[in-house]
Amino acid sequence: MSAARVRLAKGAGEVVRRLLHQNETYLAILILLLSIGIAAINPAFLTYENVAGFVKSCSMVGIMAVGVLFVLVLSGSPDVSFTAIAQVVEYAVAVATLRWGGNIYLALAAAAAMGALMGLLNGVVVHYFRVPTIIVTIATFNIFFGMLYVVTRGKLINIVHPMFRDFGNTLIFPRVSRIGASYGLSLMTLVWLAVAVVGWLILRKTFIGRSVFAIGGNEVAAERLGIPMLRTRLFAFGLVGFLSGVAAVVHLSIVQSVVPNIIVGKELEVIAALVIGGASVFGGKGTVLGAVLGVLLFAILNNGLTLLNFSSYWYNVTIGVVITVAITNSAYQQLRRRRSRVNVKVEA
Amino acid sequence: MTEEFLRLERIHKSFVGVYALKAVDFTIRKGEIHCLVGENGSGKSTLVKIISGVLHPDSGRIVVEGQPVASLASAATMARGIQVIYQDLSLFPNLTVAENIAMAEVKERGGGVVNWDEVRRIARAAMARIQVDLDLDAEVGELPIGVQQLVAICRALTSDLKLLILDEPTASLPKHDIDHLLAVVRDLQAKGIAILFVSHKLNEVFEVAERITILRDGERVATLPPAELDDDRLISLMTGRTLIRNPFTFTDARAPGVLEVRGLSKSNNFEDISFALRAGEIVGLTGLIGSGRTELALALFGINPAERGEIRIDGKPVRIRSVKEAVAAGIAYVPENRLVQGLVMKHSVASNLTAAVLDRLLGRLGLIEAARREALAQEWIKALAIKVSDPEAAVQTLSGGNQQKVVIAKWLAASPRILILDGPTVGVDVMAKAAIHETVRGLAARGMAVLLITDEMPEALGNSNRILLMRAGRIRGELQTAGVQPDELQRLVEARS
Repeated sequence: MSAARVRLAKGAGEVVRRLLHQNETYLAILILLLSIGIAAINPAFLTYENVAGFVKSCSMVGIMAVGVLFVLVLSGSPDVSFTAIAQVVEYAVAVATLRWGGNIYLALAAAAAMGALMGLLNGVVVHYFRVPTIIVTIATFNIFFGMLYVVTRGKLINIVHPMFRDFGNTLIFPRVSRIGASYGLSLMTLVWLAVAVVGWLILRKTFIGRSVFAIGGNEVAAERLGIPMLRTRLFAFGLVGFLSGVAAVVHLSIVQSVVPNIIVGKELEVIAALVIGGASVFGGKGTVLGAVLGVLLFAILNNGLTLLNFSSYWYNVTIGVVITVAITNSAYQQLRRRRSRVNVKVEA
Repeated sequence: MTEEFLRLERIHKSFVGVYALKAVDFTIRKGEIHCLVGENGSGKSTLVKIISGVLHPDSGRIVVEGQPVASLASAATMARGIQVIYQDLSLFPNLTVAENIAMAEVKERGGGVVNWDEVRRIARAAMARIQVDLDLDAEVGELPIGVQQLVAICRALTSDLKLLILDEPTASLPKHDIDHLLAVVRDLQAKGIAILFVSHKLNEVFEVAERITILRDGERVATLPPAELDDDRLISLMTGRTLIRNPFTFTDARAPGVLEVRGLSKSNNFEDISFALRAGEIVGLTGLIGSGRTELALALFGINPAERGEIRIDGKPVRIRSVKEAVAAGIAYVPENRLVQGLVMKHSVASNLTAAVLDRLLGRLGLIEAARREALAQEWIKALAIKVSDPEAAVQTLSGGNQQKVVIAKWLAASPRILILDGPTVGVDVMAKAAIHETVRGLAARGMAVLLITDEMPEALGNSNRILLMRAGRIRGELQTAGVQPDELQRLVEARS
């Protein structure tokens, strides 16, 4: 074997070793096995129409998950106010466009800006008053959601501006089914993917993204190093709000009506997707790829359970089990690491 | 005389009317290894914070490389080349070695987009400066503490470093890593970088320091070369008191025998061990690592039960096959690492003291009775003269010596009659050490039989009335301590055959 080939073999070995170290690898394998299993029982699962359908339906959760990942990495605790933010923004955008019209891009921009402002409020309180993220966001969740009901009295909006339907029904690579309905890859899915790519770039390639990891890993050290704490915190919390606003428009475009409590309640689904995607509940760890795969896994489970005629409550059970197992595993890894560190001392 | 890097003149600093530093003069020369020592509350951390720019002095003059400066504010300090490595190292456990080393430099360059090739280049360059070769992609949290320390040093080296402050750098390091650290420090010195050690565990630092500055109650009491300091002088400078050390004596020939061991054996551990302990005696047990001394101690405590032989307590044979049986027989064992790890630092002294005996504090309803807990805590605080203003104060607010007393008290709360101490002063500072010795003697004076396992010959000679020498699993000698010199004993311990 030539030297170059040896190096190549070694490089490949290294790649495999790194891959085996990655949570995402196992998640991808799990998704693959699950898909094969469901498809074996019901071949309708692995058709273009079905796959395009369920990746469209989970795009709202997917977009929110990217934002929440930032806060989870930053503070070791999820933002839980994001569904309330999305709910409020969705309602506001639906009402405003009915009254004043407008175009979809303006609606998207306004929704993102409104969401970002609400998210910044969380960031300000967390930074200046040193209150744990979970407490602050539970409080703001109640404020946002409560205000929505106070102002709207919970009234449903059955008709929304038609531009949302056009936006939501935009298809890439469209096909027409035998019964004449068109289907294909949804623009909503592409919005999700674009958000994921940008999120990945920020987390991996920018200093502010690395600062999110640094603060999540060791807050005191980050402060001593002079990492801009306020700016980084505002960025992460603002981003959750921003993406919740985007997610709200995506959701509105898919369902084309507003039920003021339909998004609220999705928090656990998002958090479960993140933790199964490898984000640590102690902060400092998590990837966008993991977040995307986590959302996909739950979408497949949900879709698969329906195709296999299981009660949809099994889906809730699954989410609960996944959160428990993933969090226990995170905690166990942390414990193991701490123990191994103690052993080093004892050996000497 | 070499040029000065930093000069502080008549520095004052007070917090809410209480002086932390009073007219302190302090200098560090270029390329000097300087050591700063003092008890808790002596002002050494305040001084370090002023040097590193975290705090501003109330008055006084600061001169850096001949230039007077207004203060050493944090960012400016970094630019001037002053870096602090805190005891906790301030690393990011979730990030790689490369990123940890390069983070500060990337920030200095303005952040923005991170170039990962550049990150690796910065990290490699820093590692090359101290000739270490670490895996750039390893996650720092997975590395042993000694390697983490090297990462912290490399990070400091990414700037134009002129003064490196190491805050208690050896506290958590095993011996081997300390040697490596000191080699790195000498190497940095050769490059003209000044080092300031903030420490009170001085044995290692004495080897490399050129000057030692001692602070007491916010004042600088002396700056001396290490040759002019020994443990006793250091203690008196640090505390303002002179320690009177009399060798431990035991004269009560009629004291009853408490523990007697006959022909105790365990294959590949120890062979034919026989000795006796009387009430009020402190018997030293020494020998090289691997001589079987710890194995023997563990046998007496039921963790590593012997295969043959007999253990008698008060003349009656007892069976010790488990820790429970050992405790029931009145034996307590304080392992070396427990001295550091046996405390919940954030919890109160009272909680720590009573943690092992909560079952005795239960009232009729099975709940802990506050009054009993309080009484028990007070009893031990008094018995061991633990200096604490309030039993509910957190253990971490105590001085090192008092913390160690809390650990010993915790083990004593189960009222043993025989106390086995394995390396009770390993890794503690001179003050704590003296406090522990005093405590152990006090226990012996009240009739406890103590077996003191130690590597330090002066400790064995000064604090026991006789010493058992172990080698290759057997007791090879026993000597009365009176009049024996430490080096004589050392030769006996190291002798072969």
